Amino acid sequence: MTATGYVTADRAAGDRAAGDGTAAGAGAAFDVAAVRADFPILTRTVRGGRPLIYLDSGATAHKPRRVLDAEREFYTAHNSAAHRGAHLLGEEATDAYEGARARVAAFIGADPGEIVFTKSATESLNLVAYAMSNAATAGPEAARFRVGRGDEVLVTEMEHHANLVPWQQLCQRTGATLRWFGVTPDGRLDTSNADDLINDRTRVVAVTHQSNVTGTIPPVGEIAALAHARGALVVADGAQSVPHQPVDVATLGPDFLAFSAHKMLGPSGIGVLWGRRELLEAMPPFVSGGSMIEMVRMEGSTFLPPPERFEAGVPAAAQAVGLAAACDYLDALGMPSVARHEEELTARALQALGGIEGVRILGPLTTERRGGAVSFTVDGIHPHDVGQVLDELGIAVRTGHHCAWPLHRALGAQSSTRATFYVYNTPGEVDALADGVRQAQKFFAR
Amino acid sequence: MQLASLYQEIILDHYRNPQHRGLREPFDAEVQHVNPTCGDEVTLRVTLKDAGGEPAVADVSYDALGCSISQASTSVMTDLIIGKTVREAMEISGEFLALMQSRGEGEPDEDMLGDAVAFEGVSKYPARIKCALLGWMAWRDATGRALDGPAGQPDGGQPDGGQPGEQPNGQAGNGRIAAEAAREQT
Repeated sequence: MTATGYVTADRAAGDRAAGDGTAAGAGAAFDVAAVRADFPILTRTVRGGRPLIYLDSGATAHKPRRVLDAEREFYTAHNSAAHRGAHLLGEEATDAYEGARARVAAFIGADPGEIVFTKSATESLNLVAYAMSNAATAGPEAARFRVGRGDEVLVTEMEHHANLVPWQQLCQRTGATLRWFGVTPDGRLDTSNADDLINDRTRVVAVTHQSNVTGTIPPVGEIAALAHARGALVVADGAQSVPHQPVDVATLGPDFLAFSAHKMLGPSGIGVLWGRRELLEAMPPFVSGGSMIEMVRMEGSTFLPPPERFEAGVPAAAQAVGLAAACDYLDALGMPSVARHEEELTARALQALGGIEGVRILGPLTTERRGGAVSFTVDGIHPHDVGQVLDELGIAVRTGHHCAWPLHRALGAQSSTRATFYVYNTPGEVDALADGVRQAQKFFAR
Repeated sequence: MQLASLYQEIILDHYRNPQHRGLREPFDAEVQHVNPTCGDEVTLRVTLKDAGGEPAVADVSYDALGCSISQASTSVMTDLIIGKTVREAMEISGEFLALMQSRGEGEPDEDMLGDAVAFEGVSKYPARIKCALLGWMAWRDATGRALDGPAGQPDGGQPDGGQPGEQPNGQAGNGRIAAEAAREQT
């Protein structure tokens, strides 16, 4: 451990091997019972004293004790404004914050200087979209980010609103044209017209790395290769992928990757934008103010290099430290093991739900290139009503369009019920979900 | 099981057999309201008439997509308010709003609310209150527009002049109204 008590990137590997007595330090075998013991919230009961069956991690994940302790430890012993203050606590807070940056970078195979802390994945995506319109009035170094009339911005029909609306808005501000990949009836990305969609007018391609509704994993690497051949930037939404599968930005393909801490066992209030160094260096700022300036005069200001250029205001150091602890926890479990565990649960859910008459699963029916979000409709029962019956049974799911309204429209569903899985979920909980759906059918058939 | 107190038989009856459903002409105002969190939507028209010098509800017609609670609530509402004066109907809707914000502690006026007292259980589920209010908020909005606009104009409720279903901005705006109203009640 470092002097301030935080695990930095170069220490993380050793920490992983040594173990720390929690499930995440226990080694290769995935012991879900031991994992569950690390999550205090799983001991509480819900409606009528029932145990909590939490199948809504796609919305937000629970936090292991290690993350809670890391945040508390920061506030208890080191709390101060990072990158300010000529005092010891200020130094410790800065070390903690920068140590967290290095830890997050190591988690996705990036350089620390390429990690920008934001408030959320949503803000990360907005950062790039706003930087692109701000490029219109920035210096010549920002030319690569300029977009205007005649240019095209390419998205997909399966995006979460967070990776769709900012691009619609960018087009509105700049006069660029929004285009999009459609989806196939089974919820895959329809890339049949990729050669038309990705052309010399394409300035940026924004694509999800894993659908939050269907779990679909689009061919982000192939899309990036096509886009790069035309000189377009590629922005990937990793909010649903980084928490659930091994992600290495060196081989992934896109130029930018957005994700949030709270979906990967970390605290709420902090997100990440990874960007290629040379692009971040040329990119104009989005939010401006303190911390991000180099020199301020009344007539105008100059800005710091990345990542600080994109981090105006006092940094969320405690949250960054919590996120670093979440990275430690996940890496100790091993991301390949995490992905394998979720694949088992997803396969079980696809089979159990798919076997119920009247249930229609949105998206791929196998786990091939598919993550652990299982959305479905039940004939004759509105998702809100399905969710209500499940809630009565202690099963937490999400209902509605899950911030992906166009995707629901494309798949012919007004809304759906969604179950999402994470490290602490068990096969028994998947079975309980299927039982619950049958109970809902029985209840509304009466 | 708590579910039975939420989904009372009256609610399920109205859900299966919605009253006054369908969009009818002529109408004085039409609105579309959505619940932005779940995508539920209602298109609702009101027709007013003169009842001895004060406006009254001649007809409420609607087309809706949504859960049992929102569908049944809209159905019950039309049963309650068609034929009433606008003043009486506003009082009923006020009583219903109060019931919805009662957190299960309300003492609804059965004479005034009729079948709508069945929604008392909904008030214990904050996430469902906006479902129950969707049709009611749409009616209040449409009635306000009908009273403001010239009567007998089919487009009175379409200030943007567009076609129903093709107004994403209008929908979002109306949805915001509904959502804010629902938040005020929770």
